[in-house]
Amino acid sequence: MGLFGGIFSKDKKEHLDKGLAKTKENFFSKLGKAVAGKSTVDDEVLDNLEEVLVTSDVGVETTLKIIEAIEQRVARDKYLGVDELNRILREEIAALLSENNSGDLEDFDVPSGTRPYVILVVGVNGVGKTTTIGKLAARFKAKGLQVMLGAADTFRAAAVDQLKRWGERVGVPVVAHGMHTDPASVAFDTVKKAVEQQADVVIIDTAGRLHTKVNLMNELGKIKRVIQKFVDTAPHEVLLVLDGSTGQNAVNQAREFTKATEVTALAITKLDGTAKGGVVIGISDEFKIPVKYIGVGEGLEDLQVFNKMAFVDSFFG
Amino acid sequence: MFDSLSVRLDKAIKNLKGQGRITEINVATTVKEIRKALIEADVNYKVAKQVTDKIREEALGRDVLVAVSPGQLLTKIVDEELTRLMGSTHAPMELKGDPAVVLISGLQGSGKTTFSGKLAKMLKGQGKSVMLAACDIYRPAAIDQLRVLGEQIDVAVYAEPENKDAVQIAKNAIKQAKAHNKKVLIVDTAGRLAIDEEMMQEIANLKQALQPSETLFVVDAMTGQDAVNTAKTFNERLNFDGVVLTKLDGDTRGGAALSIRMVVDKPIKFVSSGEKMEDIDLFHPDRMASRILGMGDVVSLVEKAQQTFDEEEARRLNKKIRKNEFDLNDFLSQLEQIKKMGNVKDLMGMIPGMGKVAKDIDLDNDSFKPIEAIIKSMTPKERANPDILNGSRRKRIARGSGTTVQEVNSLMKQFGDMRKMMKTMNKMGGMKRGLANLMGGR
Ligand SMILES: Nc1nc2c(ncn2[C@@H]2O[C@H](COP(=O)(O)OP(=O)(O)O)[C@@H](O)[C@H]2O)c(=O)[nH]1
Ligand SMILES: Nc1nc2c(ncn2[C@@H]2O[C@H](COP(=O)(O)OP(=O)(O)O)[C@@H](O)[C@H]2O)c(=O)[nH]1
Ligand SMILES: [Mg+2]
Ligand SMILES: [Mg+2]
Repeated sequence: MGLFGGIFSKDKKEHLDKGLAKTKENFFSKLGKAVAGKSTVDDEVLDNLEEVLVTSDVGVETTLKIIEAIEQRVARDKYLGVDELNRILREEIAALLSENNSGDLEDFDVPSGTRPYVILVVGVNGVGKTTTIGKLAARFKAKGLQVMLGAADTFRAAAVDQLKRWGERVGVPVVAHGMHTDPASVAFDTVKKAVEQQADVVIIDTAGRLHTKVNLMNELGKIKRVIQKFVDTAPHEVLLVLDGSTGQNAVNQAREFTKATEVTALAITKLDGTAKGGVVIGISDEFKIPVKYIGVGEGLEDLQVFNKMAFVDSFFG
Repeated sequence: MFDSLSVRLDKAIKNLKGQGRITEINVATTVKEIRKALIEADVNYKVAKQVTDKIREEALGRDVLVAVSPGQLLTKIVDEELTRLMGSTHAPMELKGDPAVVLISGLQGSGKTTFSGKLAKMLKGQGKSVMLAACDIYRPAAIDQLRVLGEQIDVAVYAEPENKDAVQIAKNAIKQAKAHNKKVLIVDTAGRLAIDEEMMQEIANLKQALQPSETLFVVDAMTGQDAVNTAKTFNERLNFDGVVLTKLDGDTRGGAALSIRMVVDKPIKFVSSGEKMEDIDLFHPDRMASRILGMGDVVSLVEKAQQTFDEEEARRLNKKIRKNEFDLNDFLSQLEQIKKMGNVKDLMGMIPGMGKVAKDIDLDNDSFKPIEAIIKSMTPKERANPDILNGSRRKRIARGSGTTVQEVNSLMKQFGDMRKMMKTMNKMGGMKRGLANLMGGR
């Protein structure tokens, strides 16, 4: 295979499928060479696994960690055949993905009892926060929940308009004070209105901010504190949105956002493309944050609850 | 989180120290480390392989310099290679036609609309009359976003909010630009995935219809391994003229820049480093290379060493080292050189055997004072021939230099170690060019 053959030449959907099929075939044909009952894994298999993981953005450290775990497991358990080795690989990779309290989410829902359930959505610029909020609102609404959105991105040009459009599209109210107003007071007002109107779920949009900008990160802390003045247990969830095509920088993002506001869950967007989003494995492992949602398009319905095994499988084709 | 590359390389080639030449054997682990570092910086897996293969060729047979550690030398080689690969000169933008059309393309959220505004502002600042066209008809409020930016920078924005045909809107925008005597039309488009055939067809149609004099591909600098797929597909469909790298104001290493450059061989023309309209810059390959490696310091350190070391002096010293004639005069002279270079702490480790001396002292420029004082209290004969330093001579030197006999003893012991080390290096035959090579180096 030429250096830029195979996975580099997928321009059309068919090409993509073919390209992936090729990767897959390649990987499993290598697997096939592993003889049953072994207590070590062939170097070739490991090399190939390394490539699959690294090109899925899993990162060097996590890749090495996974490979080590697999070697240890195989040394201990041995494996009886390709299928079993295949299962071991997937299990070991998935094992790094932090659990929700109840394992993978079954569906779009919020814990009963907490009303309003306040979700603060954070992340760097352009990852898909506003879009994810629109999609989430649609899902919650479809479940019969009363949703209210807060337009606390008062910075990016036309950000408030964008969320308002989503509100109209989904049919949920949006609380907004306009552009260049204080985001914390928008958040406060949204929670207040939600309590008054007995809404079930509040989702607050925030401006994209690079995690390296101290002032902007402090602003998140302020938003949180102001919300807590009204509902002291809120926000019940801080959802960090990561762009699925982002590489290792997502680790820094997770670290800094977790420092600034305790992130409780992750959403990975744009997985409808060719990017795999593998960096979240290391993130979930290091910071013990579960992945809750994945974005798979720009439409209202293009949001799914995260499924570990399906996610890991996507690396292999 | 990640050690800087040179530190890692130094670790990887600990056993290379004392060897004068980079060989196939000692370069193997090192190349692996470089590859890891590149992948951690989000350089594509295959591109990283390709690049490190080149670096291996480049590094093989190079003499290890006396004044820098092998890790530092290799880092420099890597840095030079990356800079070269990313294009050593700046590629200007081409603005031909009336109006000259600039077509902006890229994935969702990469920063196209923001960049369109920035570019408009920049060109306007150069005295050109500019117009923006809002051809993202999909993303909610995308048109409003461009309008707000247009207002901010006082540039007209052409839009048809009801029209669902991007090509038609763009064509009308050209007419409008002509009518208003605008010289440049910047066409903002919707974000699209490379595998979205319908949307890729749309942008191909736009290019076909507009015949832009410049088509730019906007990419988020935080992009990971997938950057190559996207860039390659966009290039196949659009044959774009240049790349714009955005969000460089964060702490991303930006390896995507190298991957893209290697895969499509198109210049990176602009970088975007902030949300404000003035946060636009030309691309500098050397800065990007250092950023990817995360170690601008080492490179400038090596360069500084190359500049500051007096060439003649270096030749003379090198010759003496080769002949095992290195004496305390030479040692003193080397200390002088180091002081000239500044930052002693960083530089100490560069002299063979000096690492140990450095460890024992709390280092700053004053740290050399006792050493210098001791050597300067010696007679010329003693300096040239340290072996004659018996107990009474040492007592005298301690008194003369305001130090203790223990300090004199310890210096002499360290100097002895240093000479032994040099001898060993000579035996291994690698020091042939040593310092002289440093001077003549690239
Ligand atoms: N293909 C795709 N595009 C997405 C997805 N989520 C968001 N986007 C697009 O990414 C761009 C930025 O999204 P936006 O919600 O404005 O990001 P924000 O700046 O984080 O609020 C928009 O063009 C969205 O349509 C997704 O899951 N898949
Ligand atoms: N920090 C930073 N943010 C940027 C930069 N360029 C664009 N953005 C932000 O990234 C987000 C997406 O930008 P936008 O221009 O809407 O992207 P588009 O979807 O490609 O048109 C917005 O929040 C912008 O403010 C940049 O260079 N640095
Ligand atoms: Mg937004
Ligand atoms: Mg846009």
